[in-house]
Order: sequence, then structure tokens, then C-alpha cells
Amino acid sequence: MEIKIKLNGRPVAGYVEADTILLDFLREKGCFSVKRGCDTSNCGLCTVLLDGKPILSCSTLAVRADGHEIYTLEGLQEEAADFVGFIADQGADQCGFCNPGFVMNTIALLRENPDPTDDEIRSFLAGNLCRCSGYDGQLRGIRAFLDSRKG
Amino acid sequence: MEQKTYKTVGKSFRKKDSMQLLTGKPVYVDDVTPQNALVVKILRSPHANAIVEEIRTDVAKKVPGVVDIYTWQDVPQTRFAIAGQTYPEPSPYDRLIIDRHVRFVGDVVAIIAAETEKAARKAMKLIKVSYEVLEAVLDFRTAKDNPILVHPEEDWFPPCPVGGDNKRNMVASETSSYGDVDGVMADCDIVLDRTYHTKAFNQAMMEPFICYTELDRYGRLHVVSSTQIVFHTRRILSRALGIPKSRIRVEKPRIGGGFGAKQTAVCDVYPAFVTMKTGRPAKINYTREEAQIAGSPRHEMEIRVRLGASKEGKIRVMDLYTLSNTGAYGEHGPTTVGLSGHKSIPLYTGSLEAHRFSYDVVYTNLQAAGAYRGYGATQGIFAVESAVNELAEMLSMDPTALRDKNMVKEGMMMPAYYGESANACALDRCMEHCRRMFHWEERYPVRDMGNGKVRCAGVAMAMQGSCISNIDVGSATVRLSEDGTYNLIIGAADMGTGCDTILAQMVAECMDCDLDDVAVFGADTDASPYDSGSYASSTTYITGKAVEKACTELKEKICAIAAEMLGCGKDEVVFESTRVRRVATDQTVSLADIAYKTQVGNTQAAQATATHSSPVSPPPYMVGMVEIELDKLTGLVTILDYMAVVDCGIPINPALARIQTEGGIVQGIGHTLMENVTYDHRGKPIESSFMQYKIPTRLDMGHLRVEFEHSCEPSGPFGAKSIGEIVINTPAPAIAHAIYRATGVWHRELPITPEKVAMSLPEKE
Repeated sequence: MEIKIKLNGRPVAGYVEADTILLDFLREKGCFSVKRGCDTSNCGLCTVLLDGKPILSCSTLAVRADGHEIYTLEGLQEEAADFVGFIADQGADQCGFCNPGFVMNTIALLRENPDPTDDEIRSFLAGNLCRCSGYDGQLRGIRAFLDSRKG
Repeated sequence: MEQKTYKTVGKSFRKKDSMQLLTGKPVYVDDVTPQNALVVKILRSPHANAIVEEIRTDVAKKVPGVVDIYTWQDVPQTRFAIAGQTYPEPSPYDRLIIDRHVRFVGDVVAIIAAETEKAARKAMKLIKVSYEVLEAVLDFRTAKDNPILVHPEEDWFPPCPVGGDNKRNMVASETSSYGDVDGVMADCDIVLDRTYHTKAFNQAMMEPFICYTELDRYGRLHVVSSTQIVFHTRRILSRALGIPKSRIRVEKPRIGGGFGAKQTAVCDVYPAFVTMKTGRPAKINYTREEAQIAGSPRHEMEIRVRLGASKEGKIRVMDLYTLSNTGAYGEHGPTTVGLSGHKSIPLYTGSLEAHRFSYDVVYTNLQAAGAYRGYGATQGIFAVESAVNELAEMLSMDPTALRDKNMVKEGMMMPAYYGESANACALDRCMEHCRRMFHWEERYPVRDMGNGKVRCAGVAMAMQGSCISNIDVGSATVRLSEDGTYNLIIGAADMGTGCDTILAQMVAECMDCDLDDVAVFGADTDASPYDSGSYASSTTYITGKAVEKACTELKEKICAIAAEMLGCGKDEVVFESTRVRRVATDQTVSLADIAYKTQVGNTQAAQATATHSSPVSPPPYMVGMVEIELDKLTGLVTILDYMAVVDCGIPINPALARIQTEGGIVQGIGHTLMENVTYDHRGKPIESSFMQYKIPTRLDMGHLRVEFEHSCEPSGPFGAKSIGEIVINTPAPAIAHAIYRATGVWHRELPITPEKVAMSLPEKE
């Protein structure tokens, strides 16, 4: 069947099967930032924004996105660039495979709560696994970004 | 200690690939290879030990989109090993691409090549297999000399003599000792005899195993793999497929984590086989479940420690026996086990009069183990450090004071560490520093919080190596470009650790240029100089030294070319960052002019390749301290603070060294408290997804604090040792110690789940 979505601000149409997973559809459309890490909704690597809300694209059928707006990291480069440099300064990007999902969810967090506490950050991002960094460096990066905004 | 100051080394630069990774650019295998390659899927055995009696693929092959299906009858009959090790490998040649005898739940029964994932999956269901199901060896304690043989085949072949015998289910066996172990033991006031058990923890790197293969424009097999070992993978494929190495090229793009899992060619042989058969591009992309059940996890070990001490707390003798479970195949079996003794016993060089270390490595019908950060040292250190904590509690001595008395110190010769000397060792300063930072005296006592919860602390030390001495080889090519910038070409594999960046920092330091003026490329067997690969904590120490040597050679070449331009001898000029100066006359030529000159009528290459290997493997050292809160009702252990002080020599990039440490500690916390590996009665793994295999989230690790005590390793580049592996070793013994302090119960088996803690508590206090 045909679906029409607004992908990163542009209208996109595509033929999908009833069981096509949104993650696979997005990668097919060239959104390679969307990663598969687990198949069981545990790792957060495939996080994208559907109508502005973070969802796991590995557990969403492509047809569910029909008529909706999807943003992947490809479409939010500037918003990400604001803060990811602070994470780079910590060396917390490491292997990078979890970064897009983590960055997408951080964008969602900061839109919802522009000045979160450390505990609010930890709890919002709890579903984004990272095996390399031990998480503290990611937190220090976000904290440094928030502090820089306060001047 | 006097310490040199450097311009680039010792500074926390961003990783060269940071912004590409953080903004989600397509840099991994699945992103950079064609999406229309043949999908390669594997039909896996449902039995732990069985012979394929009959396999019928005719119906499955009729599924539209299925290109071919291969069974044991279709593959070469040459046994090989998939361990990424220097030839001749200590790991036995015990695999076929597909073996008629399947040896664990998840072993390969058939390889399916199809146009789409859907077709491949449909075909998988239509393959008809009848098995002769055999009794399996599922408990590694019963494997040795068991009448059921995991590898009964006659062509089982060990390239190295490591004490293995497939007719006894043995992969390796050895005993080594120093001094009069039994005599000293008999003379000790206290002898502790304890047995510890660790599981086959999974690396759980975020990117599962993946490999793409195609025939390139010369008809050669071109492999793009998420691997730590491009050169070893080329050699492994050459043997497995029976094609010369000159017909194979292996490269790696960015790697989504490895931790040793990708030091084994887990999946590469399958798409390579399909491409050789069909001539078409092929890709295998393991699911998380496949990575969990047919990957290359840690070796399960049971370690018996006999420790003899005086009543004053002098640790006089240690006798270790390790039983290691290599699973169905022997990758890394003979080598991981060695570290369980060689990198735990020497921590007590300060007082040990004698030691013995013996081991057996056995086959079972479970998932084959492999390399995982720590590589056996993690298991051994859990055992030895727990035993030392038990001794301290038995003697009512402060466990840090007990260690002060016994630990290895700088300048000591370590009989238990291949007779090497601790030329750079700040372990004593790490202990002092960590004790102060952690406020050990205040936190060590058990504090009842009055709500059913208690707080208390635990401690552990660790060591590792910085390479495999006399074996690992690192190489680097450094090349001058026209504008005076440099290219660094390496065969080591940055798997997120940042080695591309720290090696470039070394070039910038040596050539006195900006880090931005060094471009890094790696790793590709066609283009890179030979490197064993990134494992055994060797890249900074070994490849780093090769970088230093290459830069020295390149400077000499640049000076020779400049001298010709200045009309003088090369001894009359000096290299000064962006120019070369003739000392007597102060005439100069710029680096850019020299570089352009190298492209006109020139006969001297403006590049240098150097290779390095080391006769020693200087250990990094570390102390970790943990404060926990334990709920006596539920058994829940919450990590409050984890503090660590590491001696990795001189950190080349302190930010990256810190992240390595933090990441290693959190993995260690996972192994200790939540990551379990269990099987049902037929050998089927239970924890086959992240639903069951729980790795730490950012809510599970408490607050981390990491600091460094510098030592200067004379044989390392800029005084550096290693950092990658040691960092995973302290959490298990430190947390087990704290749990004992809270409950009075020693847990000698990992993981220590809340259930186990709760069940161990007395009914009612």
C-alpha cells in the first residue's frame, strides 16, 4: 500500500507492505542515522520524532506513520549541532552507534524541558543504552551545554 | 616524578570522527555498503549436540527471491579457527563453514542467500532437517574426560602445542609454578581455600556483527566488515575459502563497538562464501538474538584460589587453578585462561614467596566463547581480589592496609608476570589517592540507614598488560603532503576508543604541527601497513611506538631533501616544525616547498613506514572503590559512588582515558549485578535478547569519579601504557566485598542478583 509522510520537512511517498517496520522504511529512504540495536524496544538506537514525540521506529509499523510528520537526525542537524560538540569535548561519543538515538531523545527532552536537572536527564534518557561511555560523559556534555546557555 | 610537557600529547582533544558520529552520518558497514546486496541468513541448530542426518532444501529453494541454500555438503572440508590471533594461532582449527555435526544451540545448519530478508526468512522455515540428537556436555565441570566428545573428528588440529586433546574435550592445559608452594603453604598461619565462578558475559556492543562482501573491479573478494582485525580476517578467510590472500581485501569503516567480540571473525565467512559461490554482493547482519546466542562472549571460568598468609597479614603464597569453558569451539580458549593467573597473582609480588598456576580449558556444547575486554584477567582478578578481601575480613584488618603491605611496587621483578619488572608502577599511589578521594575511613564502616537499608564500601585492585609481548606488531606510515600537512595510515582499528585520534596526536607532537594537520586512514589490508589489530590493549603502546619511529624516520628524510635544496649536507640542517633551517647560515626552506620538491625529479619518498613490537607488556594498574546501599528486604544493591584511580602511564588523551575507565566500570557493574547467562536443560540460552540480558542503563551506575596517577613507562610512546581493558576488572570484587560487608555473606558466583542477595539473608533478624 502507499503511504505519505512528511519526512524531515519534505513530503515523501512510498509503497510498503503491511508488516514493513518504520525503521526499515526510513533507512530505505536514506535516513541512515536510524540504527537497529535490539529488535525488542530496549536500546533506543532507532529513536525518531513522530509529530514531535520520540518513538522507537523498530516497534512502529510504517503504515502507522501514514499522514504524520517524522523527523530523523538528518532533518535536525542544526538543532543537534547546538549541543553535540559539548559531548564531543568529553570524548563521550565513543563508537557512535547509539549517538543518533540518544541525540534525538535529548532534542525531545530539551524541547519539553529546556532546563532539566541531572536526575531529569538521566530519567528521560534511561531508554537510550550505551555500552561504551558509562553514561557520565554524556551527562557532563549536556550539563556543559546547559551551563553555556546560561552564560 | 619529573614529567615532560607536550604540546599535543596529554591534552584532551575531540575525537577526529566525533561530529560525524554525533550527527548521525552514514559511516558504519550497513550505511556505506549497497542496500541491494544478497541477504545472507543462517538456519541454526535447535539442538546442543546433533548430527544432521538429512537436510532437504528443494522446497525452500523454490521461494521466489531465494538465490541458493548451502548445507554441509557444499563447503570446503578444511578446518580453520576464527580467532583473531597471530599465526600460528593458539586456538585449534576446529571449525568448518558448515559442519554436519552441530555442537550448540545456534550452530550453523544452512546458509541462505536471497534477494530479500523476507524471502530468506520464508525459506528458512521450509528447510527440512532431520537430526540424530546426541547427549550433550552442558556442565563444564564434567567436560574433561567425559565419554561424550564435543570434537570427536580426526582432523581436529592445534597449530600450537598448548596441551589440548580433543579426545578428552580439552583445548589447553598447563601448570607453572615458582618457589616451594607446598612448603610455604604448610608454614602459613592461615590458608584460605575458595572457589569463584564467573559467567559467559556478552559484550553487547550496540552494533551487532555485520559483514558485506563483493567481487571488486579486479574480481577479488572485497570484504567490508565491522572488525578489530582486518589482517587476521583476511588470513582466516583465505584458509576457510581456500583462496590466496592476494585475492582478498578486508577493510573496516567505523565500528559500532567491539570490546573484543570483533576480535573474532564471527560472521565474515558466511557472506564471503556466498559471494564466492554466486559472484554477487552479499551482506550478513546479525540480529541481537544471534549476537547473544552465536556471538563470542567471555569464557565462563571457575577459579579455585588457595591463599596462604601470616596472621600479621603477609600474603606468602598463592595457588590458582582455573577451569575455563570455551564452549563448542576453541577461539581464544588457550590464551584467555592464562591471564586469569598471570594478571592477578603478580598484584601481590610485594610479599609472595611462591605461587602456582594451573589450568584446564574444556569444550562443552554451549555457545563458543572468545575475547572480551579483560580477556581472562577479569575472571582471575574477581577470584584473587575477593580472596584477599576475605582474608582481610578474617584478620579484621582494613583491606586497603592489607594491600599496602603486599602489593607490587615500582622496580620489583614479577616472577608471576613472565619475570618482567614493574618499571613504571604507581599502584601504591593509586591506593593512597583513591582512599583519600573516596573518604575510605568514613565509608568503609557499615552504616544502618534505619529504613531496612545499609550503606558500606568495598575495594579492589587490578592490572592488565599493554600488548602480547614478542608477538603483537604495530605499524604506521606517515606521509608528507604538498601543503605541509601529514597523512597517517594505520592497520589498527579504532572501534570508538579514539585510537585514530591519539595516534594522530603523537604525529602532531613528533612533527610539531597542529592535530588538524594530520589526516588518519585505517584500516584496509590493501593500503595499511601490517598491524595485528586492535586488541590486547596494544594500540596505544605498540602502534603508538611505531608512529613515533615513523615520524623520526620521516623527519630525517625531510631534512635530507631540504639539505639538497639548501646545497648542504643533511647533518647541517635542523627540522623546525614548518620549515628546515641550515644552522650555519640561517637559510630556510618551508615544509610546503620541500613537499612540492618531492614531486619534481625526486628519488626519495617523503614518507616513512615503521614497525614495532615489544619484548615486554608493561601492566597498567588501578584501584576501585565502591559505596553501595543494600536493601535487606529485597536484596537490591544500588551503586551510590564508584571511584577509581588508574595508572596507565602518561595518558595521551586524558578525556578519552577517562571515558574508557567510566565505560569499563559500568560494564563491570553490569556483570556483577544484573547480566546473567543461563541455559535450559537442553542447552538453549535463556538471555537471548536485551529483554532478558539486562545491561546497565544510566539509572544503574551511580556516580563515577575517575582520576589518574601518572607513571612514565620507559618503553612506551611518551611514557604511555594501556587503558582499554584494565578498567573492567575492579567492579566485581569491589561490589562483592561491599555486599559481604552489608550482609555477612560472600557471593562467589556472578552475577549477584537481588534474588541471590535476598535468598542468602537469614529469615528474620
